[in-house]
Amino acid sequence: MGLRRIAFALVVLGIVVWAVFPFAWAIVTSLKAGSALFTAEAWPSQPSLANYGAIFREQPFGRNILNSLLAASAVVALSLGLAVLAAYALGRVRFRGRGLLLFVVLGVSMFPQVAVLSGLFELVRWLGLYNRIGSLVLSYLIFTLPFTVWVLTTFMRELPKELEEAAMVDGAGPFVIVTRVFLPLMGPALAATGLLAFIAAWNEFLFALTFTLTDDARTVPVAIALMSGASQYELPWGQIMAASVVVTVPLIGLVLLFQRRIVSGLTAGAVKG
Amino acid sequence: MLVVLAGVAGWPLFRTVFFSFTDATLATLDGFQGVGLDNYLWLMRDPVWWRAVWNTLVFTVVSVGIETALGLGIALILNAHLPGRGLLRAAVLIPWAIPTVVSAQMWGWMFHDLYGVVNAILMGLGLIAEPRAWTADPDLALPVVIAVDVWKSTPFMALLILAALQMLPRDLYEAARVDGVHPVRVFVRITLPLIRPALMVAVLFRTLDALRVFDLMYVLTGNSRSTMSMSVYARQYLIDFQDVGYGSAAATVLVLVLAVATVLAVTLGRVRVDAGR
Repeated sequence: MGLRRIAFALVVLGIVVWAVFPFAWAIVTSLKAGSALFTAEAWPSQPSLANYGAIFREQPFGRNILNSLLAASAVVALSLGLAVLAAYALGRVRFRGRGLLLFVVLGVSMFPQVAVLSGLFELVRWLGLYNRIGSLVLSYLIFTLPFTVWVLTTFMRELPKELEEAAMVDGAGPFVIVTRVFLPLMGPALAATGLLAFIAAWNEFLFALTFTLTDDARTVPVAIALMSGASQYELPWGQIMAASVVVTVPLIGLVLLFQRRIVSGLTAGAVKG
Repeated sequence: MLVVLAGVAGWPLFRTVFFSFTDATLATLDGFQGVGLDNYLWLMRDPVWWRAVWNTLVFTVVSVGIETALGLGIALILNAHLPGRGLLRAAVLIPWAIPTVVSAQMWGWMFHDLYGVVNAILMGLGLIAEPRAWTADPDLALPVVIAVDVWKSTPFMALLILAALQMLPRDLYEAARVDGVHPVRVFVRITLPLIRPALMVAVLFRTLDALRVFDLMYVLTGNSRSTMSMSVYARQYLIDFQDVGYGSAAATVLVLVLAVATVLAVTLGRVRVDAGR
């Protein structure tokens, strides 16, 4: 029995190392300066925060973070607002073609982003949004909206019908029911879906890469992917790792803080098979 | 909501399909001519495209296969009562929380041919004699891309499976234990059939994600042919070569592939897609 427990503990330890090591290595790398970067030492002999300073001085990384924050927040606000109304209609009101409609919404979230790229590009240019945050807000709705609508619809369906009936007896219209009765109850669901939508928008790469042109308009993932150093052939790995750590630490913090809600948010949507 | 969705998804999709029958370029989005099926015929004759199709399919089958197996294993471990389970779950969540681009850069650095830690460790252990160019070597690049995807996406799989495991009725297992049924038999006969629906949904989601993979390859190996996915190919023509018509044709084929995969999964796997991610 003892041997089995040790083997089991080793497996668990292996999983933890496997999951955590790459990020830990990124942190170690980001603390290395100059030639220390090119040695494989496990901890820099002279840890320095120079790379962190450099990404804000030599790169427009502060601006990139602001862009990402703006785009992701706007997308979350818009899609939650629209999704609450849609979820009320889809989850509460019976009408013909509801199943089909839900299936279409699901289908939208599944087709590849490349498939809408040329059509969206045309739309973005026509709206004069090219190289602006607006183009990203618009395009991100493609994947955040179906997701938020689905999860909130699932959640709405599970709320007791008596609540709604009681409100109706008191003479409340649909709008009042949604804002006064359901919205307060949906706090946790809204937080979880909002957070997941935020993460999805924060991480998006293809649209951000395509619809922005200049360094200043870029979002964080594009900035990290395209970060370049003094010469074309030399990648500033220390700075790339520092930028990676800067954007990832808050995300990991959020995920760990809300892990229960996130897991239930993911599963409320996905595992009702 | 529907109007917005139609505006940002339906209309662009329609335009993409429409462009695929034209010779439109990025510069001439207003003036173009229909060319019928020409774009598709060229596509069918391009070995680079077939390489991209092959890469995408290999990537999808292998990485989703490994992720399912590992995810199942990790979910079973997380489901067991052991000390420090919360910590383990938190650790497993980390790769999932890291943006794809960031993980691609992190692994790109770890796999660096001259200064990468992977080469250093493998050489330190005496497993390889000299540094390998992991992401540049055509034979190694695709396995490397798959490895990074497995690292990043296994947590998602594990979480979905874990959720299914935790909804299983306890009394079944107690009955099995009283009857002295071997654990492996319990797993095959009771656990697997019960979590099958959830497992299928998770596999379907990951498969669709893998088929349209873009950022991982783009960041890790650029437009390299040895790892190029169908999405990377389509975007390269659309934007880099500005050939909107041809790129749209490639994108349209990708949509068809995804549609076929979905229909196959739903019918063969009898997935009931009641609610989506």
